[in-house]
Amino acid sequence: MTATRPLTDETTSPVTPRRGSGSRILWITTPLILIAFLGLWKLYTVVSGVGELILPPPEKVGIALVQLLGDASVWQATYVTLYETVVGFALAAVVGIALGIVLGRARTLERILSPFLVATQVVPKVAIVPLLLLWFGFGLASKIFMAAIIAFFVMMQNTILGIRSIDQGHRDLMRVIRAPWWKRVISLDIPSSLPYVLTGVELGIVFAITGAIVGEYLGGDQGLGAMATVMLSALRTDQLFAVVIIMTLLGFLLYAIVAGVRRYAIPWHESSGRATAL
Amino acid sequence: MSATDIPSGTAADTAAARDTGGAAISVQGVAKTYASGAGPVQALLPTDLEVKPGEFIVLLGPSGCGKTTLLRMLAGLHAPTEGTITIGDRPLFTSGDTEPKRDALGSLGFVFQQANLMPWRKVWANIALPLEVLRVPKHERRKRAADMAQMVGLGDFLGHYPKQLSGGMQQRVAIARALIHDPSILLMDEPFGALDAMTRDQMNVQLQDLWLETAKTIVLVTHSISEAVFLADRIVLLSQRPGRIQDVIEVDFPRPRPLSVANEPRFGEIVGSLRGALGGHA
Repeated sequence: MTATRPLTDETTSPVTPRRGSGSRILWITTPLILIAFLGLWKLYTVVSGVGELILPPPEKVGIALVQLLGDASVWQATYVTLYETVVGFALAAVVGIALGIVLGRARTLERILSPFLVATQVVPKVAIVPLLLLWFGFGLASKIFMAAIIAFFVMMQNTILGIRSIDQGHRDLMRVIRAPWWKRVISLDIPSSLPYVLTGVELGIVFAITGAIVGEYLGGDQGLGAMATVMLSALRTDQLFAVVIIMTLLGFLLYAIVAGVRRYAIPWHESSGRATAL
Repeated sequence: MSATDIPSGTAADTAAARDTGGAAISVQGVAKTYASGAGPVQALLPTDLEVKPGEFIVLLGPSGCGKTTLLRMLAGLHAPTEGTITIGDRPLFTSGDTEPKRDALGSLGFVFQQANLMPWRKVWANIALPLEVLRVPKHERRKRAADMAQMVGLGDFLGHYPKQLSGGMQQRVAIARALIHDPSILLMDEPFGALDAMTRDQMNVQLQDLWLETAKTIVLVTHSISEAVFLADRIVLLSQRPGRIQDVIEVDFPRPRPLSVANEPRFGEIVGSLRGALGGHA
């Protein structure tokens, strides 16, 4: 380096990060599509003359929704469903991620157990709801377990994948810099598998709310799922729709929280800021 | 990379290390056999090699000649099946060892074919990673990483993430990381193999500058004949399976060599004879 050499573009120009106008356009397209959807819905109810019992027009559903939200029982039901979902999800996350780490490292053990792990997934889980009711009663416990069982596998599977996908080059690097095992865990294993684990967590929270609601449909008298079955028996299709909307909003809220955590935890990853998991 | 950017002390330290005498790297009777489904595969026949302190050695050969295997054994990533490897005066592998003696690895820096930067770490934190293992306090890590980034011409990119950098820049971050703990020996495994020809030429010039400035011992693996002739003091030519040293060629063009050295007739002669020796493999 006796003389300062001009550096070529090839070696100094940074790659411009892709930051598309993609997210801003959503603020326009989302409401437009929503309005178009409601318009088509309304149009169909008018043109086809379908009965309100089968498909109520959107404004009826809107009114039912406003009425429901003014009623304390719906908030109570929402709270119950939220509680079941969160507790079931937390159980599934702890067990699923822990097991995923163990199985991700111990390949032989994973190979031995894999037929059973797959079997637990092939069993239609809805079919075991009656069993859960039998074992855990019609209270919240059976719904919590239902949420946990449905959410568990995807989180475990993603954690296994995350541990497996740690780059061999990075492992070699940690060896040549003589990193002790704890340094490898903190500085490589955890950050490297985090995007996978968080993808599993994102899916897990959505699965958990599904599990809780399915559990409520099939037994017990609490929660949004139970409320939906009551609306159905009362032939209040507009209110049934309204309950579904509340469930959707609840799902959105939980998903947004998890996606926010993801964005905060792994800002470096391509997936941050995008709903890639679903 | 300009001369004024070099952190002072670096060159002097290694120059002192240079005067202790003896080989920087000593390879004696090192062989490597892999077990495979179709029986054992001899990757490297018993090989001897002495690398002098401050020397620029290039291991050249076709794919499958064991050059990368040899380099990775020098870095402690693979254990030799037989033979001994000594780094400076510290044994790395003595006959039959399956694990490297970690003490000997302290004076090594390694640059991989891929930059192997951690995408969740900013440039400075990638460069400083080896210092974390050495428990250097954070403010000092930051400062030394900044100095080193300056040295490889990336002083303005400390806060960038690797994915925001081009391939050549990423590889320079990797070189800075390999040098951050001031090792006396730099091992490089086809470090510029993934770069386009123009960038590669630039990187070769900059690597030569860096080597002249810091007086490190460098062992570089490549399958590019012209890269080998441009960079090397000595080219160790390895032949294909089973790998063995076929020839050692001294290259004595004066330093610093400009890229135009490739236009000299002697350069062409050396390239031609190497190509002949490789039998068209590379």
